[in-house]
Amino acid sequence: MLIRSLRDEGVKYLFGYPGGAALHIYDAIFRQQDVQHILVRHEQAATHAADAYSRATGEVGTVLVTSGPGATNAITGIATAYMDSIPMVVISGQVMSHLIGEDAFQETDMVGISRPIVKHSFMIKHPSEIPEVVKKAYYIARSGRPGPVVIDVPKDLTSPFETFPYEYPEKVKIRSYTPATRGHAGQIKKAAQLLLEARRPVIYAGGGVVQGNGSELLTNLAKKLNYPVTNTLMGLGAYPGTDPQFLGMLGMHGTYEANMAMHHADVIFAVGARFDDRVTNAVKQFCPNAKIIHVDVDPASISKTVTADIPIVGSVESVLSEMLALILEGEEKPEEGAIASWWTQINEWRERHGLYTAPRYDNSGEKIMPQDVIKTLHEVTGGDAYVTSDVGQHQMFTAQYYLFDKPRRWINSGGLGTMGFGLPAAMGAQMADRDAVVACVTGEGSIQMCIQELSTCTQYHLPIKIICLNNQALGMVRQWQDMQYSSRYSESLYEDSLPDFVKLAESYGHVGIRVTKKEELKAKMEECFAMKDRVVFMDISVDTSEHVYPMQVAGAAMRDMWLSKTERT
Amino acid sequence: MRRIISVLMENAPGSLSRVVGLFSQRGYNIESLTVAPTEDETLSRLTLTTVGDDHKIEQITKHLNKLIDVVKLVDLTEGAHIEREVMLIKVKAAGAQRAEIKRCVDIFRGQIVDVTASLYIIQITGTSDKLDAFLQSVGDASILEVVRSGVSGIARGEKVLSL
Repeated sequence: MLIRSLRDEGVKYLFGYPGGAALHIYDAIFRQQDVQHILVRHEQAATHAADAYSRATGEVGTVLVTSGPGATNAITGIATAYMDSIPMVVISGQVMSHLIGEDAFQETDMVGISRPIVKHSFMIKHPSEIPEVVKKAYYIARSGRPGPVVIDVPKDLTSPFETFPYEYPEKVKIRSYTPATRGHAGQIKKAAQLLLEARRPVIYAGGGVVQGNGSELLTNLAKKLNYPVTNTLMGLGAYPGTDPQFLGMLGMHGTYEANMAMHHADVIFAVGARFDDRVTNAVKQFCPNAKIIHVDVDPASISKTVTADIPIVGSVESVLSEMLALILEGEEKPEEGAIASWWTQINEWRERHGLYTAPRYDNSGEKIMPQDVIKTLHEVTGGDAYVTSDVGQHQMFTAQYYLFDKPRRWINSGGLGTMGFGLPAAMGAQMADRDAVVACVTGEGSIQMCIQELSTCTQYHLPIKIICLNNQALGMVRQWQDMQYSSRYSESLYEDSLPDFVKLAESYGHVGIRVTKKEELKAKMEECFAMKDRVVFMDISVDTSEHVYPMQVAGAAMRDMWLSKTERT
Repeated sequence: MRRIISVLMENAPGSLSRVVGLFSQRGYNIESLTVAPTEDETLSRLTLTTVGDDHKIEQITKHLNKLIDVVKLVDLTEGAHIEREVMLIKVKAAGAQRAEIKRCVDIFRGQIVDVTASLYIIQITGTSDKLDAFLQSVGDASILEVVRSGVSGIARGEKVLSL
């Protein structure tokens, strides 16, 4: 009944791991062809893979785990999806109904444990409810502000010995749930007006534009107006990264020009972004002269940290298309002179400290600079790969230097910051597009958190490329220890305990390549991507002492940044 | 400022824990909470009192509205409303105290609902302030046990919180 419901919902892949309470379900999987199951090596990886599948395709990712430890192992992945508003359905087995509450073997209160990190959850009470609950779960997961939904299924309710009439509902209606769709027409009109009057505008676009399929509309709008665009970490790809109107990412490790433009803006058009603390720096000093238009599908995101002058609750797609129509039809044009001098100012910032006008790091030494690895990756893959990442310096370098031109190509854990995300996420992205080039940028720290998935890659022939920036240390931790703890490297160094990644990759049947010399980087990277059918693990030794810059000064305004180890704005 | 938020929600397992969880998760306070099914048994009515400035209350109502099980809600303190709380209180009542407490109960329009040779159980209904005032006038020394129901409320006039 469950698997039939999934099939009728259009689910193609299930990422999961079997166990006692889920065995009836696994037997049903065995006896059909429509839904393919991907056996991971740890439940956390199942959730990350399903999450990335969803990020890459826009469809709802699906996970199946057993009760107890299966369920608790899935928690990190559910929280990751929740923080980044990724639609996902997690089905967890549960002990038999009559054993619930008795501390039975592998029992855990999954609905309770997952409650703060799900959009909603269901516990099946009777087998006949299964089709309707499945339908509701997918509807809730994908509509409004998307998010993960848990369905907890006691084992006895999936018994093949009891049968019930099956009908998969075509539609569901939930009386207590009416997600926002169209924005308020009057507010949109006011926003368009304000936007056209702006003299120093910035378009600040977040993950909601990617998730809400608003990239094309946003690009058209920005082009029409000739306004500068900055993206959040989650929003990268929402606006073409190589376009001259793109200022780069903003926030803690945002570009100088993006953060300066934000600070000096008079109108900020925030779309599908949530004024996260990693973006705003100190809220009290945030963009002192700006009027703020905030478009978000989630009313609770509006005026949560920064008060919006014109709030618009609605889906990014519908609001942007209405706004674009208003601007195209209207007589009014942006203030050309003001916008031109705004661009002069922005270009001056770019020239002074921008990341893309000249290298802002010293690569004259012997060592390989991590930034150069990402630039080479961009060059070798033509800027067109799906790139997943883990969490740390390598993530920020990728966000800064791999200029994504398309949405859904950049897959990272932005909100929760989950180390171990990258490799399973790359599997999910590769499942979403079997012919695509998928690279996982990682570090020697993060990769070891889900390294067992190299085995899953073997089983399902997922030829992902692992680009490991090996600096022999937890780079971002080390950077903070340098900056705030007088270089006391408390537990951030591995002291020669790292595995031989080349041999490790080989032991799983993959190819390992070690790069230690600057001059061989590009050739080896080309060699790596030429092996289209193989998993390749590139273990690249990079400069340990390098920091990510710019870095905002804690507790200050957007414009207050460290530009290098010695230089401050 | 003290607010009374009244929530109409699905009478389903787990609904209450989602509401309560939301408050602890986001660091909001609940001062009192009452919940019971309505005349439509698929719905429960939950009333809670909390303290916060306008920004905080706006966030609380937005997040409550986001919960899938929440059908509708109203901040009763935004308009004219009636609030009531029921209190049962067990007090020592012996000797001269007996008559004094009885007088106090009459003044507050409470009722004595159980009597023994040495104590009374008193029932009193009203706003939370009134209950506080009663407790103060009886005095700590006589009080053995206090049970309060938490605040329930309803909007005055035509306004109705229903499907």
